[in-house]
Amino acid sequence: MGYFLFFLLAALTVGAVLGMIISKNQAYNAIFLILAFACMGGLFALLEAPFIAVVQIIIYAGAIMVLFIFVIMMINVRSGIPAEKKKWIIYLSPVLAVVLIIELILSIKGAFTLPVSTAIIKAGPTDLGRLLFTKYLYHFEITSILIIAALVGAIVLIKKKEKE
Amino acid sequence: MTEIFWLIPFIPAASTLILAVFGKKLPKKYVSFQACLAVFASFVISAISAVGLLQTAHGNYPLVKNLFSWIQAGSFQVNLSLMFDPLSAVMALVVSGVGFIIHVYSIGYMADDEGYTRYFTYLNLFTFSMLILVMASNLILMFVGWEGVGLCSYLLIGFWFEKHSAANAGKKAFIVNRIGDTGFLLGILFIFIHIGSGEFTAINEAISGGAISVGLATLIAILLFVGATGKSAQIPLYVWLPDAMEGPTPVSALIHAATMVTAGVYMVCRMNLLYTLSETAAQVVALVGAITAVYAATMALTQNDIKRVLAYSTISQIGYMFIGCGVGAYAAGMFHLYTHAFFKSLLFLAAGSVMHALSGEINMKKMGGLRKYLPLTYPTFLIGAIAIAGVPFFSGFFSKDAILTRAFAQGQYSAFYYFIWGLGIMGAVLTALYMFRLIFLTFHGEERLDPEVKKHIHESPKIMTIPLVILAFFSVGAGYIGLPVVLGEKLNFFGKFLEPVIKEVQEVHLSIQTEWMLIAIAAVVAFLGIFIAYVFYIRSPLIPRNLATRFPTIYKLMFNKYYMDEIYNAVFVKPTIKGSEIIYDNFDLKVIDGAVNGAATATGFAGKILSYFQSGLIKDYALIFLLGVIIFLAYLLF
Amino acid sequence: MIPPNYFLILSVVLFVLGAIAFFIKRDLITMFMSIEIMLNAANLAFITFARSANSPDGQIIVFFIITVAAAEAAVGLAIILLIFRQKKTIKSEDMKLMKG
Repeated sequence: MGYFLFFLLAALTVGAVLGMIISKNQAYNAIFLILAFACMGGLFALLEAPFIAVVQIIIYAGAIMVLFIFVIMMINVRSGIPAEKKKWIIYLSPVLAVVLIIELILSIKGAFTLPVSTAIIKAGPTDLGRLLFTKYLYHFEITSILIIAALVGAIVLIKKKEKE
Repeated sequence: MTEIFWLIPFIPAASTLILAVFGKKLPKKYVSFQACLAVFASFVISAISAVGLLQTAHGNYPLVKNLFSWIQAGSFQVNLSLMFDPLSAVMALVVSGVGFIIHVYSIGYMADDEGYTRYFTYLNLFTFSMLILVMASNLILMFVGWEGVGLCSYLLIGFWFEKHSAANAGKKAFIVNRIGDTGFLLGILFIFIHIGSGEFTAINEAISGGAISVGLATLIAILLFVGATGKSAQIPLYVWLPDAMEGPTPVSALIHAATMVTAGVYMVCRMNLLYTLSETAAQVVALVGAITAVYAATMALTQNDIKRVLAYSTISQIGYMFIGCGVGAYAAGMFHLYTHAFFKSLLFLAAGSVMHALSGEINMKKMGGLRKYLPLTYPTFLIGAIAIAGVPFFSGFFSKDAILTRAFAQGQYSAFYYFIWGLGIMGAVLTALYMFRLIFLTFHGEERLDPEVKKHIHESPKIMTIPLVILAFFSVGAGYIGLPVVLGEKLNFFGKFLEPVIKEVQEVHLSIQTEWMLIAIAAVVAFLGIFIAYVFYIRSPLIPRNLATRFPTIYKLMFNKYYMDEIYNAVFVKPTIKGSEIIYDNFDLKVIDGAVNGAATATGFAGKILSYFQSGLIKDYALIFLLGVIIFLAYLLF
Repeated sequence: MIPPNYFLILSVVLFVLGAIAFFIKRDLITMFMSIEIMLNAANLAFITFARSANSPDGQIIVFFIITVAAAEAAVGLAIILLIFRQKKTIKSEDMKLMKG
């Protein structure tokens, strides 16, 4: 059962990403990406990270992609922009892709022999929250500052133009 | 009291520095006052030190003061150290004493010149360099002084540098000197290789200890002598001295009569052990000196420029000094150096006085009958001429006689020395002849003056004539400290004073009759020359012209200085210039400039190529990023 | 229990796909989206390791990555909007100000 889910979700994810690459329409790209993120969420759940899975769906697929779609609509490019025209990039890319995949797999093959514990880790919201506020307090606070900075930054950036 | 001798060169040095830095802002009167005072102070200290030497036991010679360790490269060590022994004492006294007199004279002579301050700065610098030269205790420091005086010679000859002829003369002097210096340096090099040190004490020890073979000594002695021919204007490197007359007359008096040109003689005397060891080298020195003496005297006979006659006369007299050194009479050579300093500088300064009176005229053909207009200059000039001609009882007689006596005495061993003596006698006749030709043409006979010049004729101011008087006094009396041995060994104070420095020279003896005979010959010869001059220029002034027309080729040769300048120009100067032009065009412009420009072009080119990578597109950058990651990973994995 | 190998390989594939997408696409927005894909691939790897190491720390890290990615997306999109207003285009070839 687990394997079946895994392959389903994996295929869907890869398929969505491929679709994103192939499609020329930006809105379509965004939709494909949402699909990809949703499947990722599923994969996270499969990996016994329920909290993160939900967070992924809410934030990534929900907030970030909505942001993307808003911007796409605001920019409103009528005609789709075709993919790369230069030939040498089109031919180089699969080559590079294969090379990179091989290299990366080779790099992490040491991890293939890691033992997998059968215990179910405690990764519910309470557990993560406890960790967050004790061990990772620092990181938490700094990240919150980061978010505020991003918020203010985004608004300031956009607002500049409107003043004139 | 002699402990302070090391100050002698440094007082003029300090004066030079002050004048060089502040000179423009100081009043003229102060500038000359300081310059003269500095030299006078050196003179006083030299005198005190010399007196102190007389009281020091002989075993303590020479006094050496090591100021600081200058070069230390492994076993090669050169110190800035000065020494004081009788030889240095004589030279220091001559340089500072005569130098002081000439400084005073210059105050009057250069009074209207714009470069007044610059002149005194250079003069002090020269005094400093010369004193370093004569007081150095090792060859390298002496060479420093050697080059220093060469530099000052260049600066002072070309003092009026806007005049092309003066600037060229300065260059010529420096370059010809440099050629001699090559030989000098090679000699120093050999000494360092075989003896390991340039200190004179060490060299003398090594030579008397037998460390140098005769052949090697000959080589070194001749190489050093080449340097001496350059500095002291002997054959073949004398050509710069006549041209050096472009400089101010006091400069000619100081540098080209009394001091710098005698540096070569000093050097040979300092290295006397070397020349005693190698008889060949000594004979070369004597021969060159003798030939130069006669050769220069013949040229002096035909010159019309009053200063050039004196220049050739200097070359000739220095030849005598070298004869003295070459035949083993080093003390006699130094004695002639000492007396010559007085009468030659007197002659130059008096000539300067004549020129000053005649508003700058130098051509003797335009003078004549001046003795009634210049009541102080004429007698002093005459005294100088009598001294140089070797008339008995004047200083020149005693020194010349000492040299020639020794030359004749050496004749017992080899006829070569009789030949040298013969040349010396011939030179003596010519000396008297050309000197009195000068006197008669300038001061006697009919007046051939330019009317404009005649209007402004005047005797020189006291500040110029008093030095003349002082020098005249010395030209007469200086010889009495070195009376001929015939009259008694004890009376030769000069020789006795220099004894500790001149070592191991064979004593030669002549019978008393021979010695008196030689003295008589010397006297007769002097009078003979004067008589001939009298006949030629007073009694029958047409004789010279007839001789000139009868022997036109000989006259032409002598008048045109045997065309030596032209020969040198064609053989050495022109090819060198042409060669350097060729090298410049082909090598310097093409290869060296090409390499430098090429490096710049290559860098620019490389930069251009690299700029293609910066397209400004994020994608290209990212691509390179990725490629980098791939390559890096590959490197890590494999 | 699915062995972690599969997840890791999947993560690698997704990462490479994202990288390639970045090169192939010409408009800024899609390029930006491919960056998000790469981040997600990394997240997957983290979660995998969190499971095999049996510690929740990996998940905390992912939490932070998601947060930062959100912030970055916000600012990045704002910048893209500005560029569009200036240049009226979002083709990446037209962003050539830094040439040379």
